[in-house]
Amino acid sequence: MSKRIEVNDLNVYYSKFLAVEGVGLTIEPRSVTAFIGPSGCGKSTFLRTLNRMHEVIPGARVEGQVLVDGDDLYGPGVDPVLVRRQVGMVFQRPNPFPTMSIRENVLAGVSLNNRRMSRSEADELVESSLQGANLWNEVKDRLDRPGSGLSGGQQQRLCIARAIAVSPDILLMDEPCSALDPISTLAIEDLIEELKKEYTIVIVTHNMQQASRVSDRTAFFNIAGTGKPGKLIEYDDTNTIFTQPSVQATEDYVSGRFG
Amino acid sequence: MSQITAPPKTGESAGAMPNSYATGKLPKFVPWAILAASLVVTFAIFALFAAADPEGGFNTAAAVFLGVVLYGIVLFVVARMIEGTRRAKDRLVTTLVTLAFLIALLPLISLLSTVLLNGTARFDLQFFTNSMRSVVGEGGGALHAITGTVLMTGAAAIISIPIGLMTSIYLVEYGRGRLAQAITFFVDVMTGIPSIVAGLFAYTLFVIIFGPGVRLGVAGAIALAVLMIPVVVRSSEEMLRLVPNELREAAFALGVPKWLVVLKVVLPTSIAGLTTGIMLSISRVIGETAPLLVAAGYTNNMNYDLFDGRMQSLPVFVYSSYVSQGTEAQAYLDRAWTGALTLILIVMALNLLARFIARAFSPKLSR
Repeated sequence: MSKRIEVNDLNVYYSKFLAVEGVGLTIEPRSVTAFIGPSGCGKSTFLRTLNRMHEVIPGARVEGQVLVDGDDLYGPGVDPVLVRRQVGMVFQRPNPFPTMSIRENVLAGVSLNNRRMSRSEADELVESSLQGANLWNEVKDRLDRPGSGLSGGQQQRLCIARAIAVSPDILLMDEPCSALDPISTLAIEDLIEELKKEYTIVIVTHNMQQASRVSDRTAFFNIAGTGKPGKLIEYDDTNTIFTQPSVQATEDYVSGRFG
Repeated sequence: MSQITAPPKTGESAGAMPNSYATGKLPKFVPWAILAASLVVTFAIFALFAAADPEGGFNTAAAVFLGVVLYGIVLFVVARMIEGTRRAKDRLVTTLVTLAFLIALLPLISLLSTVLLNGTARFDLQFFTNSMRSVVGEGGGALHAITGTVLMTGAAAIISIPIGLMTSIYLVEYGRGRLAQAITFFVDVMTGIPSIVAGLFAYTLFVIIFGPGVRLGVAGAIALAVLMIPVVVRSSEEMLRLVPNELREAAFALGVPKWLVVLKVVLPTSIAGLTTGIMLSISRVIGETAPLLVAAGYTNNMNYDLFDGRMQSLPVFVYSSYVSQGTEAQAYLDRAWTGALTLILIVMALNLLARFIARAFSPKLSR
């Protein structure tokens, strides 16, 4: 199920503006990788290039290679829609579809793609996905209620259930806990620990405790100043990054002496 | 869990003193009392005028107007003395805004009541079952006009809803750069064209095909469509832009192709607003007279066929009944008023329908 990501010398542009420059890293399967760094340093932009979601923004383009188990995402003739079916994404703010019930939200990946599914298969998928997102026990009695009626933390777990229902190889999470309270955050961190067994997970976070709690490896991004491109400064085991980083800027950032 | 309460401060007993934030305010009845007093004063003055000059009569409008002006001034002064400048200004502006609202409402109420009073005379079964074929005096009805209005507006809606909706989808979801800008610009221009120009456009279009003097129901429908498309584009565009981008991104991240995202996420999310906009655009064109007079002509006969011959419509029926009153003028005038009443009722029904649809379709947020 999970796959290895290899990024070679990646540049991301918004029209003419170079947003991220020269990123190269390898993400192992069945691991959690955290991206940390100050706001505006290109973490989210880089994360979005891993499933070509940056293309939703007009003028955004990419130079370089992103290999998922050897297949280049930016090779000629690659269909971004197929890429996104393999690489799922969870966003900063929970965004369940307001017109759909909880059940329909979980099945959105299937129904929006016009795929047919028998009632029993659908029931099974809803249950397994919601179990996978640790939400089943809370919502099993109200699957037909609107998804937007859940609390923020539950909505975010619903979005995770929706993302894993299409059984992707890789799960990208863009600050999934920044809008949540500590208890919901804990629930999602536990969930990430569970999901790690089956998926390759990449998570962007502003919370360094979170990065040290959930991730196996950590990448630190930084910018020299406004208008300059963001760069990958250091990429290493989480322990190393937080205890004995090799770059001064990383140490300043993780110890709070930044800026 | 134990409840945490702040310990009461010493030397202060609750309830003994009035709330300091509630002092220095006028009691609620004061503004009403001032209004009543001002009206009494002005009515008394005008009654004196009327008594002094019996031929002039009592001038109610002036009495009410001056009474309200007096009320505004007195309230401002009183409030300023008791409540201070800020509250006084607030009261003055509240009075002005309410007044503006009432003034805006006045012609509407007057129009509705006039049409209701004059229109009920012929609001009978015959009006809705007969046409005007070989009727010169009393009797007759507007069935042909109602049919024509429904047919032509319906045809206009069938033409303009798909075109308008797809244009707005293009503008919001796909359009980038010059083409989109040009379309937006021309839609704005089209919103402003006089309706008779639309009628002349449709007429000349059919003259080119069928020769001079041609009058068809479908020409009227096209004239209405020309007026309706920009309204549909504008309102749907606003509604589609209201759909949060996060929903589109959520769908894209699930590997859904763009056209399915538009079809299954964007449109269902905005369906309530879209239907309201479309219903309002229909009510916007259903009362058009000039383009139909030019393009569809008018007739006293029943015509169910959009593609054959002249077609009557309600606005044109009202207009022609009024301008060419026959030997029995009152019969024609009564029919005109009833036609106007029917049109207002149709528009009202459409608006109610739009509200109902909007409520039925809007995303439910209940827990």
